Amino acid sequence: MATMGSTVLHLPSGPTGVVGKLHPTVLFNICDSFIRRNDQQERVIGTLLGSFSVDGTVEIRNSYAVPHNESLDQVAVDIDYHRTMFELHQRVNAKEVIIGWYSTGSGVSASDALIQDFYGREVTNPIHLTVDTAFTDDQANIKAYVSTPLTLGDRPLAAQFHEIQLDLRLVEAERLGFDVLKMTVVDKLPSDLEGLEGTIERLQDMIDTISRYVDNVIEGQLPPDNAIGRYLADTIASVPRVNSDAFDKLFNDSVQDVLLVLYLANLTRTQLTLAEKLNTAAQIV
Amino acid sequence: MTTTSTPMRSFAQAASAEEIAVPSRVVQIDGLVALKIIKHCKECMPALVTGQLLGLDIGSILEVTNCFPFPSRGGEEEEEVEADGANYQLEMMRCLREVNVDNNTVGWYQSTYMGSFQTVELIETFLNYQENIKRCVCIIYDPLRSGQGVLALKALKLSDSFMELYRTQVFTGEKLREKNMTWKDIFEEIPVKISNSVLVSALMTELESDAPASQCDFDRLVLSTNPFMEKNLEFLIECMDDLSMEQQKFQYYYRNLSRQQVQQQSWLQKRRAENVARRLSGEELLPEEDPSNPIFKTLPEPSRLDSYLITNQIANYCGQVNGFAGQSLSKMYLMDAFHQD
Repeated sequence: MATMGSTVLHLPSGPTGVVGKLHPTVLFNICDSFIRRNDQQERVIGTLLGSFSVDGTVEIRNSYAVPHNESLDQVAVDIDYHRTMFELHQRVNAKEVIIGWYSTGSGVSASDALIQDFYGREVTNPIHLTVDTAFTDDQANIKAYVSTPLTLGDRPLAAQFHEIQLDLRLVEAERLGFDVLKMTVVDKLPSDLEGLEGTIERLQDMIDTISRYVDNVIEGQLPPDNAIGRYLADTIASVPRVNSDAFDKLFNDSVQDVLLVLYLANLTRTQLTLAEKLNTAAQIV
Repeated sequence: MTTTSTPMRSFAQAASAEEIAVPSRVVQIDGLVALKIIKHCKECMPALVTGQLLGLDIGSILEVTNCFPFPSRGGEEEEEVEADGANYQLEMMRCLREVNVDNNTVGWYQSTYMGSFQTVELIETFLNYQENIKRCVCIIYDPLRSGQGVLALKALKLSDSFMELYRTQVFTGEKLREKNMTWKDIFEEIPVKISNSVLVSALMTELESDAPASQCDFDRLVLSTNPFMEKNLEFLIECMDDLSMEQQKFQYYYRNLSRQQVQQQSWLQKRRAENVARRLSGEELLPEEDPSNPIFKTLPEPSRLDSYLITNQIANYCGQVNGFAGQSLSKMYLMDAFHQD
């Protein structure tokens, strides 16, 4: 993605060790701003907020869209808007700083160098994130780049974008549940017990898979793998070995404690309803 | 226009006969909003935070399409903070409008600690919002409970009857009996739906990790139930103390009232006796009432609002304990089954 000039070029050496960690809120934000874009615009750009950590990883935590105008030969970005939004966001969370910018659409285009340059004035090594909302390759393409300037002697020539490793940390999305996020409309949020049921089912599936694997290995259908075997042994050994009597006692005690608390809570609730009836029914005067 | 009330997951509200208010039956939240709320509340734990909800109000569905957090109050200078807050809000809304986000406030969200959110401030904030917006909703998110693997997000609004009552600022037993209001009627929970744009759902389907278990599952299967229960019970006991203090106030009031009545009776007796004597001696009769006498002053009945809120709180805690106990029992039986082999 570098535009070649004449003979002597200073190319960056060595891999860039930057790793990016992406939070799901950013993705959602980007998609939302893409959907809400003005009719004439083909793509949306915006600022990325996050934090740099000591070992070179960059956490991308938040983002906001910035209005811009793009035509064939020039790009205009609303800088005031960008500054204002940044200040507003700073007031909520002072730790999130500008770390780069994003754009929708696949690949990197010529005008990106200019925008990258602009963001380069805000932070030393801006990250450029592209989200392919058009699904050009039939898959979700989310890529992050860092740029290095190519100089010919003293004259800045172009900017080369290297792709960096991107780690999707979707922990928060998982909390909501991927099922909920995959559908366009979910009628109601799953209740506690349903969630627990799902988890236990998944646990059961996992155990089934493992037992089938072990059976297959014993019968000789699958080649035994030492690493997996050792891992399985470790896992099973981590179940604490308690002798039956002690375990029974422990179990019974815990069950009784929980039942006691449950009984108490229900008693309180009944008492409240009763008191309500008495309070409002009683007439002193 | 009237609509028939169909039983919903929680309290359904029959439509009022006026044309203005069709009650919101469902709150439809965008996945984006839910994620943002979760992120903001989790980041600022253990401080409690609030934020504004933006969206559209269509028919019986209240759509929430975006949200933004409020900066946390420093608490040093009240007036500055107030002006800042309003400024922040205006700026934010203006900026969001430029990128075509719905500019319409539909409510606010707040994080809570173990479900202890029923306070008078909540009611006041509701009324503040209600003056400007016809239907507003408050979303409560509990980050601690969500650490247990449950998504503790719910949508609340004040019931209409309660709002009317609150405007009169009278909470005596009589009034409440008239309106037939119990402590359950203060807040109403509205069922929550989550919606996503097609783009986002396509993206998520792609990105879903193939791991058979997620972090959420690990959180759910944790066996140590004690800390959560302990905290819940602690709060419950505190609330009980508050409730008993309220009860004492009532007892005091009733005692005073009955004592006053006894005094009134005895005074009346004396007057009557005097009057009889005066009639016999032909003098003027003294009036049987004497408004200037302090024993005739009507005592104000203490407000029942606080006790209502506290009972609500207690019921909430009990509900939480209930749910949690059910879960822990299942987990323990699971452990038992494991051990059998």
